[in-house]
Amino acid sequence: MHIDYSLLSTEIALAILGLIVFTLGLTLPSRSTNRGLGAFAIFGLLIVLGITVSFWGTQAELLAGMYLIDNFSVFFKILALVAAILIVFGTMSYANNNLSRQLEYYSTIIFATLGMIIMISAGDFITLYIGLELMTVSFIILVAFRKTDGHSLEAGIKYLILAGVSSAVLLYGLSLIYGATGTVYILELAELVTAGTISPLLVFGLVLLVAGFGFKISAAPFHMWAPDVYEGAPTPITAYLAVGSKAASFAILVRVFVGGLAGMQEQWATLLAVLAAISILLGNLVAIPQTNIKRMLAYSSIAQAGYIMVGLLTASPEGIKGVMFYAFIYLFATIGAFVVVCAVYEKTKSDEIASYAGLSQRSPLAAAVMLISLLSMAGIPPLAGFVGKFYLFTTITDNFMWLVYIGLIMSMVSVYYYLRVALVMYRDEPTDPTPIKMGAAVNVTLIIAMVATLVLGIYPTPLSELSNIAAQSFFTW
Amino acid sequence: MATSLNPTYFIFLSAALFAIGVYGVIAKKNIIAVLVSIEMMLAAVNINLVAFNKFFTPEAFIGQIFAIFVVTVAAVEIGLGLALAIALVRKRGTTNLDDFDWLKW
Repeated sequence: MHIDYSLLSTEIALAILGLIVFTLGLTLPSRSTNRGLGAFAIFGLLIVLGITVSFWGTQAELLAGMYLIDNFSVFFKILALVAAILIVFGTMSYANNNLSRQLEYYSTIIFATLGMIIMISAGDFITLYIGLELMTVSFIILVAFRKTDGHSLEAGIKYLILAGVSSAVLLYGLSLIYGATGTVYILELAELVTAGTISPLLVFGLVLLVAGFGFKISAAPFHMWAPDVYEGAPTPITAYLAVGSKAASFAILVRVFVGGLAGMQEQWATLLAVLAAISILLGNLVAIPQTNIKRMLAYSSIAQAGYIMVGLLTASPEGIKGVMFYAFIYLFATIGAFVVVCAVYEKTKSDEIASYAGLSQRSPLAAAVMLISLLSMAGIPPLAGFVGKFYLFTTITDNFMWLVYIGLIMSMVSVYYYLRVALVMYRDEPTDPTPIKMGAAVNVTLIIAMVATLVLGIYPTPLSELSNIAAQSFFTW
Repeated sequence: MATSLNPTYFIFLSAALFAIGVYGVIAKKNIIAVLVSIEMMLAAVNINLVAFNKFFTPEAFIGQIFAIFVVTVAAVEIGLGLALAIALVRKRGTTNLDDFDWLKW
């Protein structure tokens, strides 16, 4: 059988990069080369990003449909790589100062990215599972990376157990779907499910699949790992979990449900709508009393998962476009917020919201980026979050009007706890008025995040068109 | 090869094993016991995959290949779990999940 390996160049390049960074980390003397290793990893990731961008417009399948390359998967691959680059770049000084031995830190981040990319392109259940587990195992290592810190280890074991259970539930669902249809290929599955009758086995498998993916995207009621893991993990990893892991899980969720199980849409649409509603309600309401900013952002990310899930309900190109658009702008808002959290932690050694008092005087840029990121997540015009929510919710006004109302009301509620942080930053007097010095890398990352959030809010057309093309390619298989 | 078994037996066997695994994860307090329970859930998946392969697609070996991947990845996960358990015992002196309450559950 002829295999066109050039279609896999993104994955091969990323695997080689991960191995090189790993070997360099092992062989170079550790103290002096930390910073160089991070810069090398960013350089390599930029090259891989370039290779990925060159695949835009390719539509091909590999190994009889086990691996799918289309604009949809390229879009999400770019998203994962941009997230990895911005996070490594923006938090390099945090990693230097807070992670003692980091020879495997950057390579594990690269392998997590590789897992996401395999998962995004997966065309059958085996590839899906391998990608998912590569990502999850890398993230478990990264979450427990500060192995002398009890909090980090505790977060690691909690993530391991809940990720293990969710993988098992997901696999059980996949095995039942395999039993009901006799295929593991998503494209073949799409034909079989539309043509054939729907057996109880298939429905049961579907429900388990929703539960398994629910864990991965941290949708309520499968969200309980998120706040603990987000709080205990090193902050760059929290950011990457919130952006990369969630986006890749959404990509495969779209692939399996909209791509493979579109014939059962009436069965899963209501289920996902209820999950979305619970996530939006619970995420926003429980975020209100939080005093730790990472926990607050964790609950807010549960709510964001609920918003993104809205895009799946109609199984239409418009909905998928909304998912992709929102995932991309959520990336910039989240990275902006978490890089500020990193910078403040380096100075104050605290993640409590109270320690952000007077941040506008200590570092006007950090305070401004935090404010803009939070308001974008809340969906205040003219920021990007507003446009994203608009795209998502306009797709469901016909069938799920009740969910639109829940989304609108809860967006208003979310403004309350987002603005509470703004109030502490801008109104309160700082306890320690010394300015927070951030390196050039942090400043550049913050400015990128801020400009992207502002520009995509005022002029969303280019990204909107790109995601539209990507969504169209998803439906041409 | 003819057999008097039918797929229903295997579905019920694996469902029972899966349910025991879920019970173990929820009820057990020791990290090692919880890891064993997760392994049981994965064993249930493998029974399903191999049985479905035998009964529904005997000409292709997709289910068996899938099962081999599941076994391999499960070993990785357990290895990581045990490493974390050892690190936790060194740092916190316990393997009881109820003691891990520094982060609010």
